Formats: sequence, C-alpha cells, structure tokens
Amino acid sequence: MSTASLVFAALFYAAVAVLVGGLAWRIRLYARTPAPLRIPTTPAPRTRGGVALRLAREVALFESLFKGGVWLWLFAWLFHAGLALVLLRHLRYFVEPVWAWLAFVVPLGVYAGFAMLAGLAGLWVRRVAVERVRYISTPSDHLMLALLVAIGLSGFAMKYLAHTDVVAVKAFFLGLMRLDPQPLPADPVLWLHLSLVAALMLVFPFSKLLHAPGLFFSPSRNQPDDSRERRHLAAWAAPLDSHR
Amino acid sequence: MAADVKAPPLREFPETPPALVPGAMSGAKPYVASDKIQQAIGFPGELTEGWEGRALGRMGELLDRYRSLRVYLDSCVHCGACADKCHYFLGTQDPKNMPVARQELMRSVYRRYFTLPGKLFPRLVGARDLTKDVLDEWYAYYHQCSECRRCSVFCPYGIDTAEVTMAAREIMDAVGLGQKYSNEIIGKVHRVGNNLGLPGPALADTLTGLEEDTLEETGASVRFPLDEAGAEVLLVTPSADFFAEPHVESLIGYAKVFHAAGIRWTLSSKASEAGNFGLFIGNYDQLRRIALRIREAALELGVKRIVVGECGHAWRVAYSFWNTLAGIGAGGDDPFARALQSQLDARYRQPTHICELTWDLIRQGALTLDPEANDHRVVTFHDSCNVARGSGMGDFPGGQFTIPRDIVRAVANRYVEMAPDTTLERTFCCGGGGGLLTDELLDLRVKGALPRMEALKEVVDRHGVNFMATICAICKAQFTKVLPYYGFKMGMVGGVHQLVSTAIRLGAKQ
Repeated sequence: MSTASLVFAALFYAAVAVLVGGLAWRIRLYARTPAPLRIPTTPAPRTRGGVALRLAREVALFESLFKGGVWLWLFAWLFHAGLALVLLRHLRYFVEPVWAWLAFVVPLGVYAGFAMLAGLAGLWVRRVAVERVRYISTPSDHLMLALLVAIGLSGFAMKYLAHTDVVAVKAFFLGLMRLDPQPLPADPVLWLHLSLVAALMLVFPFSKLLHAPGLFFSPSRNQPDDSRERRHLAAWAAPLDSHR
Repeated sequence: MAADVKAPPLREFPETPPALVPGAMSGAKPYVASDKIQQAIGFPGELTEGWEGRALGRMGELLDRYRSLRVYLDSCVHCGACADKCHYFLGTQDPKNMPVARQELMRSVYRRYFTLPGKLFPRLVGARDLTKDVLDEWYAYYHQCSECRRCSVFCPYGIDTAEVTMAAREIMDAVGLGQKYSNEIIGKVHRVGNNLGLPGPALADTLTGLEEDTLEETGASVRFPLDEAGAEVLLVTPSADFFAEPHVESLIGYAKVFHAAGIRWTLSSKASEAGNFGLFIGNYDQLRRIALRIREAALELGVKRIVVGECGHAWRVAYSFWNTLAGIGAGGDDPFARALQSQLDARYRQPTHICELTWDLIRQGALTLDPEANDHRVVTFHDSCNVARGSGMGDFPGGQFTIPRDIVRAVANRYVEMAPDTTLERTFCCGGGGGLLTDELLDLRVKGALPRMEALKEVVDRHGVNFMATICAICKAQFTKVLPYYGFKMGMVGGVHQLVSTAIRLGAKQ
C-alpha cells in the first residue's frame, strides 16, 4: 500500500479522535458549568416540552435568525440545509449495502451541494460588502468560509471534471471503519478534498463551529420560563441559603 | 438642557441601518467610583499593580460559574444578525456599540488566555492581550450597554450581550474599577433602604402628604400604609414612586386600586425599594443581598402576598430571580424557601406584578372604571426591556405584553400601537437602563433613545398620541429627561397606573 494511503488513514483516525474527543470535552464542560439564574429570553415556553420545540425550531428553521433579517437567514439556511444533505449523501461511503432511504437521498445531495455553495457565496459577499459585518470579521472568519467553499468545489470537481474511483474510496473508508486500511486512489483532487475535510474536523472543537453544541446549552434558549413555580438553585449558590 | 448634548436627527421611518463612525463614543464614560464607594460594598478601592492577573482570575471564576458566559463566548460566528439591533449603535453609529463588537471586547481577551487558537495564533482569531487600553475600552463600552437583551432576540444561539456586559462589570469591580452611579446606589440601598436614600421618617411624611392630597382630590380616605404588620399585601416599588414625577401618580394609582378592592396593604421602610442594581453590575452576592431585604420585610410583616410596582428591572429580578435568591415564589422544598413560602398565600402567583393584580380585579369586576376620564389622552404603550424580554406575567408566554395593554384599554378609550418592530419582544430600550441613568452619560442617553423617539414620532404625527404609558421607573425618568431633546413635552410619559388613577371611581361600586 502506498505511503499516501497510510498517511490519509492516520490523518482520518486523528481527525475523528480530535473531533469526537474535543467535542465531548467541550460538551462536558458546558454541561458541568452551572446556570445559576433563570435567564430565558422571554416570551419563553413554560414547560420542558415547549423548550424542546423552541430548540427544534432554532435548529431546523433558524427561527431567531429569521427575525434578524431575511437575507442572512436565507444564505445561512441554504448553506446548513445543503450541508446536511451533502453529509447524508456521503454516508454511502460508510455503509454497505446502502440503505433504501439513503439511495433516495443520494441524488438530492448533488442539488444540495449547489445550495450549500450558493449559501456560502452569499455569506461571503455579505461579509465583504456589508460594512457592519466587514468590521466584525476576523481573518479566521474568511478562512473558515474559504475552507468550506474549497471543500465544496473540490467535491464538485470530482463529480463533473475529473472523476475519481468512488468504489475504491468507499473501500478505503469501509477499511478504516474495520481497522483494516485499504489503498486510497492516487488522485490529487481527492487528496485535496479529504485533506480539507480533515482540517475542518480538526478545527471544529477549537473554533466558532462550537456554535453547534453551543445552541443546545444556551440558557436564553434552553430554559423554561417557570421561575415563579420552581425554585432553581445552582450547586455553588445553594449553600448561601444556610448563612441566613 | 445641557449645551453640548444634541439629539441626532430622526431618520426616515422605517429606518435603515446607519454607516459606521468608529470611535464616535470612545470618550463617553461614566464617573469612576471612589475608593469609599467601592469599599462600602466590598470591592477593592482602586486599580492597583497586578490587576491584569486578578482580572483574568475573576474571569476564569465567572467562566466556571456561569454557563451563559462560557457558551456565549465560544459560540458567536460573527454573522452580524445583532449588529443593527442595538439602540445605542443606531443612535451613535459607533461600531463598538454593535452587540457583537461589544461582546468581542471581552471575547478577544477570552480567546487569548482561555483558548488554544488564541494562545497560538492571536492575530488570526482576533485575540488580544489584556492591557490598560483594553480595560479602558471595556469601561467605556460596557457602560454603553443597557443590558436590554434586544440583541438576544435575533441571535441564532440566543447570545445575550447583557450577560457579557454584567461579567465585564463584575470583573472591573473585582479589580477596583467600579462605576460611581450604580455602586453608590447599592451602598445606599443597604444603608438607608432605598436607592434614593430616603430615610424611614421622611418616607412616612411623604406618604402622609399623599394621603392628604388624595383625600382632597377624591374625597376618599385612601391610605398609604407603612410597616403595618398583618397586612395582606406587601407592596415593593421603586423609590422614585414616592416623590418623582410622573412616578408618584402611579403610586397613587396602586393605592386607589387597593382601596377600591378593599385589600389591606403596606409598604416597608426596610424594603422601600424594588430596584436591584446588583443586576446591573452582574454581582450575584449583591443581587442576592438586596433581594433578601424583601424576604426579611415579608417575614417580619407576616404578609400573604408580595406585589411589585412599576419597575422594569425590578420585575425581572422579582419574577425570574427572587425564588432562586430569596425563596420568594413557590415550589421550594428546602427549609429556607419553606419558611417564607408556607406563609405566602399559594392561591396567588408570588411575586405578583401590580398589573397582574389590577387586571385580575378588573376581570372580576371589582373596580369601577370611567375610561372617558382619560379621553383627553391618546395613549400608546412602551414595552420596557426587562419586562418584555426578561420576565413574564399571567399564565401564558406573552402575558407581559397583553396584561398592561388590557389594563390601558380598560381605562382609556383612545389607544394606538407603535410600529411592530419597536414593541413586544422587539421593543427598544428607553436608552437609560442598566445603570446608565446618570447625568454624565446624558449624550449617550439622548442618542440611545433615538429608535424609540422615531417610533413615537410616527404615532404622534399619524394619530395624535400625547401619552406614552410604561411600567418602569427608569423609562419614566429617562423619557422625562430626553423627550424635550426631540421636541416632545416631558409630561407625555407616565405609568399605566397613572391612567388607572385617572379612570378609577372610588366609593361604593355602582
């Protein structure tokens, strides 16, 4: 097996370890940090079920962002919904045989790829063209967009310009999952695509991509508005009561 | 009016976001607290050598104590949804008054010292060392946030800049850089019992005077009781209600409601203040100690209900935090909470907003109202930020919007709404909340009022509105001061219970 195949195998093991381990570490930290006061942005649901629904709307529909402005919402939603379908499309590289529902989603993933790139383009134009957003942008904000766009473009290059051996790619990833590395096609575009994806996985737990788990731990969104009915005490605040 | 303070011109309505004017407000800073003021409430007197380490140490503690701060500092993606939502940005055009940029003042320091990329590649991710310049910037811009939470409505992750502002003020207090206005008031509330420093005997005199005035006006002997043990209701209200105009008109309104409904009530000289500036400085200990005064007064007086007057941030603290801080509420199963909760009447929501109480009475038909008495007024309602986005009323989400409006409609015939982008959960702050209601920040306050003034101008021009009702003492004081800068009469702001006071008929119910 080629050195490159081994390097990519090692890279993806490392990337998965960092992504999963890093996210678990961060999520554990969020979960263990107390929220001492009830601070839902009101009006807020009064029940746990209502909160679950509020979070579901935020995750699936970006409800708050929609209130903030339609254009930003449109670009962001196109990108995220597109990305979700594109990820589903790529599931076919990891399951054998391919499930029936997945076979239905796979062709949609191509259109979703265009939606994703269109969304990213919109977000990037906004970042450059809108004075307020330009002011708050850091170099890493642009790099993150560049990374995602490059992943999308390199993916499309393999679909439309220089086909790669997808059967061999699938064998490579199935092999990784069985801890039995298989050769990876010697295709520079594929190498680029995979390197960028690994980079995205590696930076995820250390970057603003933490907004994904962050939303679920955001006290202004995940707390029910029940402060008059329930006494809510953080572990560090409870002992204060005995001093009075 | 101060000579150097000018209102910005009203923009075309509905407005478009303004261009940026970097540094426009970098010089706007409130007075720094003296060492005496600081030490009186347990903070270091001044900034001394080694403050950087102590500030970062405090920041680390807050990150461990507050999930909000931890998650919010990590989660922002710089999307800019909040950027044009802050009244101070819209009024001043200073880019550092965009909520995301305000958060970034702390986030840049957080990244530098608490995250891997910030330690390795500070420039790439916009991380900065904590220097005196950065601290000065914090002092300026974290005192140009009224903690109104409007930005949090539009943030896809619910990031609440108020939480960041509170943390920043807490860190600054911890290293001896406090704000004079808020910290002096906190000292007063502990020393005297209320924010205005009105001692018990003066309060008793004031209330006797109000009884005489009300008797003269109505012919009814409406009482304003103080420290009466055994009363059913303890009313806790902002101390401005005792003598400031237009606040006192609402106090008279509450008294008339209690009188008409035959409810025995009392004020407390110990808890003669609903306001809790501990919220503004983000200090849990102060927040709690100020709230405990209410608990103690309620236990001493043996009351069955605790009712809160027209005060925005006080209602947020009461509604959302009192149960946690002082066991005022329901559902507590620990000895501390039970000691009070077993005394309170469980048939009522504890604490109760005066609007909830009045609206319940109106619905029961317990009050005789003559809305024609308000026919000289065309009324609109300004939602106060802490009530709108930090609390609730009644049994369902949004009760904080419908209940005050229902009261206004019951007591006044001519009522108009302002533009939907400026009311309910999207309401604009008056420009004076969050500990900024101090004269040296008048320029900021006038500019911060711009979005509300624009919306008000529209209903004044189109519908002849001449009365803006609100249920917050800070809103009332702020508008009284800034309305003239925009060409309005200062008397056009007043409380919901001022309208109730005008319409209510005392004596036998017909």
